[in-house]
Amino acid sequence: MNTAAELVDALVAGNRRALARAITHVEADSEIGREILERIYPSTGRAQTIGITGSAGAGKSTLVGVLARAERNRDRTVGIVAVDPSSPFSHGAILGDRIRMQDLTSDPGVFLRSMASRGNLGGLSETATGVVDLMDAAGHEIVLIETVGAGQDEVEVATIAQTTVLVANPGAGDEVQSMKAGLMEIAQIMVVNKADLAGADTAVAQLRALLAIAGISAWTPPILKTIARANEGIEELVEAIDEHQAHTRSDEHAVAERERHVRGQIVALARAALHREALQAADRSGALAELVEAVARRERDPRSAALELLDSLRATWAAADAAKL
Amino acid sequence: MTQPTAEAGTTATDERPIRVLIGKPGLDGHDRGAKVVARALRDAGMEVVYTGIRQTPQMIAEAALQEDVQVIGLSILSGAHLGLFPRVVQELESRGVDDVLLFAGGIIPAEDVTEVQELGFKGVFGPGTDTREIIEFVREHAPRRT
Repeated sequence: MNTAAELVDALVAGNRRALARAITHVEADSEIGREILERIYPSTGRAQTIGITGSAGAGKSTLVGVLARAERNRDRTVGIVAVDPSSPFSHGAILGDRIRMQDLTSDPGVFLRSMASRGNLGGLSETATGVVDLMDAAGHEIVLIETVGAGQDEVEVATIAQTTVLVANPGAGDEVQSMKAGLMEIAQIMVVNKADLAGADTAVAQLRALLAIAGISAWTPPILKTIARANEGIEELVEAIDEHQAHTRSDEHAVAERERHVRGQIVALARAALHREALQAADRSGALAELVEAVARRERDPRSAALELLDSLRATWAAADAAKL
Repeated sequence: MTQPTAEAGTTATDERPIRVLIGKPGLDGHDRGAKVVARALRDAGMEVVYTGIRQTPQMIAEAALQEDVQVIGLSILSGAHLGLFPRVVQELESRGVDDVLLFAGGIIPAEDVTEVQELGFKGVFGPGTDTREIIEFVREHAPRRT
């Protein structure tokens, strides 16, 4: 069970160890990992994929735990991808989501994988998209993806999941303000968690006001209140998720939704690949280092330096192309 | 503590961070030691799945399978190590998890160390162990994955 073909056959047949090992290869972005993803893609598309995002401490892990339990109560198998941040200094990480999902560990209908964000140049989407595909191909009916709430990653979760749930808290007025920039557009469902705290209704009203100015689309995000710790409001959340899933699969919207989703994936993956290749090339040629010195001495400005870096990369790539011919 | 570097958590031939599971089987709730080790390994560049206290052998083995960790470190202070460790090993075997490095920490009396080692726990680290010793041990013995 070591080649990509063997791992794929075994994981599609429901072998959990094969799934775990395949995820390791995909996470490492190894050759085997890439081959696994290519082979697996035709077996994907059956799972409902749901992203849970929001800032640290919003209650994402707890919410994912109770959502998984609710889905298990409906007899659906659940895959969970829980992402925690890597330290930018040591590159290590503490992956602690299992602590809040203890009861799920002994449930054979649940597969939980913790991932470190690894400070991927292209962000989380690169590997997490693949891991979600693996869980899908392994037959999980629901795949929940929990991400760290940090800027770009939050937007990227929208490209991983069909339905994105944004988790906010009461009393986070400033935070809600910051959601104007981008986050509102990516969420199909909004949740004010810890709704037993003061200010829950204000938070709901603020989100509603922001939605009102966001314009009209085919889907209007519902705004729900939950107390995940006490399992309150979860039924309504499950219902809202079902409704959005039905919306994305309806005859009227299915094609557009699927194209929106895969377009986001392709763009995010291409951006990640481009980002990595460009920075590697800039490192190798030393072009970046020279520009950094010049800008640090204030002999030139960062904007023109960025454009020059781009020019030098184009030249490098053109030369490489010419060499191939 | 040595200064962590980008390569710190990786083995020479494997550029991915080493994945480690740290857990506490049994009923004692004293997790200070486990947390100190988890943090030290993180600061050495490793990815540490921390499962928390009161884990059954089944929970530990199942978490190790799903997370595909290369290393499992278990901490016990209750004295139940000779009862629980064999069951953890058995649960791992029954799941086909046969390529992980095991180590143990906590209160393990000297007269039990050999028996724990014979179970497959390559390292046994008592109170007062320098975390650098554990980091070195893990780096040296962690099996490769990809």
